[in-house]
Amino acid sequence: MEDRLSEILSPYKGKRDALIPILQKVQAELGYLPDEAMLEIARVTGLPESRVFAVASFYAQFRFTPRGKHSFMVCRGTACHVRGAEKILEETERSLGIVEGETTEDKEYTLETVACIGCCALAPCVMIDEDVEAKLTPKMVSEIIDRRKAQ
Amino acid sequence: MTMTFADIQKQAQEEWDALQKGKAPQIAVGTATCGRSAGAMAVVKAFEDELAQKNITAHIREVGCSGPCYAEPLVNIDKPGKPTISYKNVNPDMVTEIIDAYLLGDDPLPQYTLGSFGEGKIKGVTRFLDTPSFKPQERRVFRNCGIIDPTNITHYIANQGYEGLHKALTTMTQQDVVDEMKASGLRGRGGGGFPAGRKWEAGLAAKGTPKYVVCNADEGDPGAFMDRAVIEGDPHSVLEGMIIAGYTIGAETGYIYVRAEYPLAIRRLERAIAQAHEKGFLGKNIMGTNFNFEIKIFPGAGAFVCGESTALTLSIEGKRGMPRVAPRPRTTEIGLYDKPTLLNNVKSFSSAPMIITKGAEWFASVGTEKSTGTAIFALTGAVNNCGLIEVPMGITLREIIYDIGGGVPDGAEFKAVQTGGPSGGCLPASLLDTPIDYDSLDEAGSIMGSGGMVVMDEKTCMVDVARYFLDFTEIESCGQCVPCRLGTKQLLEILKEICKGKGRKEDLDLLYELSLAVHGGSVCGLGQTAANPVLTTLRYFKDEYEAHIFEKRCPAKVCKSLISFVIREDKCKGCGICAKSCPVSAISGEKKKVHVVDQSVCVQCGVCQEKCPAKFSAVDCVSPRVKVEAAAETETS
Ligand SMILES: Cc1cc2nc3c(=O)[nH]c(=O)nc-3n(C[C@H](O)[C@H](O)[C@H](O)COP(=O)(O)O)c2cc1C
Ligand code: SF4
Ligand code: SF4
Ligand code: SF4
Ligand code: FES
Ligand code: FES
Repeated sequence: MEDRLSEILSPYKGKRDALIPILQKVQAELGYLPDEAMLEIARVTGLPESRVFAVASFYAQFRFTPRGKHSFMVCRGTACHVRGAEKILEETERSLGIVEGETTEDKEYTLETVACIGCCALAPCVMIDEDVEAKLTPKMVSEIIDRRKAQ
Repeated sequence: MTMTFADIQKQAQEEWDALQKGKAPQIAVGTATCGRSAGAMAVVKAFEDELAQKNITAHIREVGCSGPCYAEPLVNIDKPGKPTISYKNVNPDMVTEIIDAYLLGDDPLPQYTLGSFGEGKIKGVTRFLDTPSFKPQERRVFRNCGIIDPTNITHYIANQGYEGLHKALTTMTQQDVVDEMKASGLRGRGGGGFPAGRKWEAGLAAKGTPKYVVCNADEGDPGAFMDRAVIEGDPHSVLEGMIIAGYTIGAETGYIYVRAEYPLAIRRLERAIAQAHEKGFLGKNIMGTNFNFEIKIFPGAGAFVCGESTALTLSIEGKRGMPRVAPRPRTTEIGLYDKPTLLNNVKSFSSAPMIITKGAEWFASVGTEKSTGTAIFALTGAVNNCGLIEVPMGITLREIIYDIGGGVPDGAEFKAVQTGGPSGGCLPASLLDTPIDYDSLDEAGSIMGSGGMVVMDEKTCMVDVARYFLDFTEIESCGQCVPCRLGTKQLLEILKEICKGKGRKEDLDLLYELSLAVHGGSVCGLGQTAANPVLTTLRYFKDEYEAHIFEKRCPAKVCKSLISFVIREDKCKGCGICAKSCPVSAISGEKKKVHVVDQSVCVQCGVCQEKCPAKFSAVDCVSPRVKVEAAAETETS
C-alpha cells in the first residue's frame, strides 16, 4: 500500500488546496481512507492532520472503513421515495442481513443509500456497482439478491 | 497552423451535411446515464453487429438525453428523404427486426415507434408536433441533446456552436455582452432566479485580479438530473457559456464543480475541454484575440450544502464546504480565493451562447415578462411520461402534468406536485393552474428550484414527505447556525412522532413556529428554505396531519405505525404463498383454509400483499391499525 500511496501523492507535494482531489484519488485507489493514508496525506501536503481529518469527515463521499467487493446502493431520492424506496431498502437490509452503512460478513457487499442516481423516470432503483436495476418491488430485490448469491 | 473560425465552421458544416444529406441512414442511440441503465449500450452493440453482418452502410452515433426517459432505450433513425423516426424501449431483438423491416425494407414498424419529427409524415407514426406531450415543448437549452454526438465538437460547431463566442470576441465589448445578457431577462437557473445580466455586470465591475468563473454543476436536489443531462448531451454549450463569461468579466480561469456521482458527465467534460483546446477555443489567444481562458473540473465530494455559492468556492479551495457567515460577502466581489467570482448554474451558462448568437429579443420572445425563456424540469413520480422537459415559462402546472406528462398512472388521483426539492414545497390540485415562473411559485409557497418536479398521487403521505425532506436537510445542515442545526432536528423529531401516531394537538402550532424560527435565523439558503416542505404541507394538507394526530390514521397508508395488513376471509384461498414469503413468519393457516396475520409479529413490510396472487388479492392494508390483543403491541418505526 505504501508504494501505491507515495505514487499517488508524489505530484501533490506541498499542494494544500488539492486536498479534496487527493482524498478522492487515494480512496479510488484503496477503496477507503485508512488512518495511515490520512497521516501520509497530511505529511505530504504540509497540512495539519486535524485539517485533513476535518475536511474528509465533512464530505459524504469519504469512507474510513474497508468496503465489500460490491457496492449496493439504494436510491433514496424524492422520486424513488414516493415510489417506495423505503420498502426497497428494508428488503435489501433483510436479504443481505445488514443495515445501511454496513458490509456483509463475507465482505461481498457494502450497503449504502444515495440521493439520486439520475434514473428517476425508472424509480424506484438501486445501483449494484455500475449496474442500475430499475422499477423495483421488494420481491424483485430479494430475487436479485438470491440470484447473485446463487452464482 | 491556425484556421480561421469561418474555416472551422465551414469544415464542420460540410461534415455534418455529409451525414445529414448523405445516402446512408443514421442511427442515433440515447446513451446518457438513464439510457444506459435501460440497456442502451447493448442496443448500440446490436446495431453494430447486425449492420456489419448484413453489410449495411449506416452511421451509428451515441447521443445524449432527448427527454422521454420513460421510452428508453430510445433510438432515432433517419433515412434519406424521410422524417426521423423515434423507436421506444428498444432491445437487441427489436434491433434485428427494425433493420430488416425499415432499413432493408420500407416498413417503419409503427408499433415500436414513439413518433417522428422533421418534414413529412409516415403512415401509422404520430408526428411529435401533433401530440399534447411534445407540442407545448420548446427545446432551447436542450437544442442539441439527443441530436448531436456530444463527444464530437464538429457536431456542435455545425449547429451554431461557438458562434456566440466568436461574435462576442470579435464584435462585442465586455459591456455589450453584459447589456445583451441584461436585455435577455435570463434569470439564474440554479433556483434562486437572480438576473444573470446583473451578476455579469457586477463581475465586470468588480475590482481585483485574477477573477474566476465557476459553473455550479453540483445538482444537489435529490430527484433531479437536468444539469447532468445537459452536460452529458451537450457539454460544449456549457463550456462556450463559461468562456463568454470569462471574456465578459475579464477572467482567465474557470472551474466546473460537478458531482463526483456523475462519472459520465465528468468524462464528457474532460473530452470537450480537450477538443476546445485543439480548436483554439480554450487556451491562449482564443480565436486569434489576446483573450486567454482555461477550464478545470472539480469533482464535488458529496455535500448538499456545497451547492451554495460560498460553500462551493471554499470546497474548491480544499476546505470544508460551509457557507460563509457574517460578514457574508458577495461572491462576485469576494469569491474563490477571495477574488471576484462569477458563479452560475449549468443551464444559465448553456443559455448564454444562444443569447449572444440570436439576440436578447429572441430569447425573451418566449416566457413571461419577468421570467423569460424556457424552464427545464425533471418530471418524475406518479406521472405517465417521466422524463426531462423544456417548456416556455408561464405554462401551467396542469399543462405540464396532464398534457406533457400524460396524467397520473393507474387511474390514481393526483394529490400534489413538488418543485424545488428540499427547499421547495408541495402544491395541491387547487393550484394546478399556477403558471410556472419564479414569482408565481414563490407566492404559492414553493420555489422554481433548479428543475426537480415530482408528482404525487393518493399513495403518497404528505406528512411522510415533509419528514423525508427534513430528514435530508437535517443531515445536510452544516451546523453553523443554531436555528438551522437544532431547528431542523426538532422539526424532524416532531414529524417522526406524528408519523408514528404519537403526534399531539399542539404539534401543529409548534411546527409552524419552529419553521419560522429556522427560516429567520439561518444564514444560507439551506436553512432559510428548509421548512418550506413543512409549511406548504401544513398549509395545503392540514387534514392529513390531523388524521395522523387525532385518528391515528395515515390516509395514504404509508406510515407503518398506523397501518395493518389483514387477510380477508372472503377472498383468501389458503394457497400459503404469503406465509412462505413473510420474513417474520407472522402468517399462519392450514392449506386451503383462510390464513391470518398475527399482528403482534407483523412488521408491516407489505410483502404478503405484493405476493398474494392478483386473482385472489386477499391482503388488505388498513389504517388506523386493527386492535392488537392486550399488551402484545409491537413497536415499529
Ligand atoms: C443549500 C443550497 C444548495 C444549492 N444547490 C445548488 C445546486 O445544486 N446547483 C445550483 O446551480 N445552484 C444551487 N444553489 C444555488 C446557488 O447558491 C447559486 O445561487 C446558483 O448556483 C447561482 O447560479 P444561477 O444564478 O445561475 O442560478 C444552492 C443553494 C443552496 C443554499
Ligand atoms: S443555514 Fe444551515 S446549512 Fe446554511 S450555514 Fe447555517 S447551519 Fe449551515
Ligand atoms: S406485512 Fe410483512 S410482516 Fe406483515 S404479515 Fe405481511 S409479509 Fe408478514
Ligand atoms: S397468498 Fe393470498 S390467497 Fe394465498 S394464503 Fe395468502 S392471503 Fe390467502
Ligand atoms: S430519485 Fe432515485 S434515481 Fe432519482
Ligand atoms: S431520455 Fe435518457 S436520460 Fe432522459
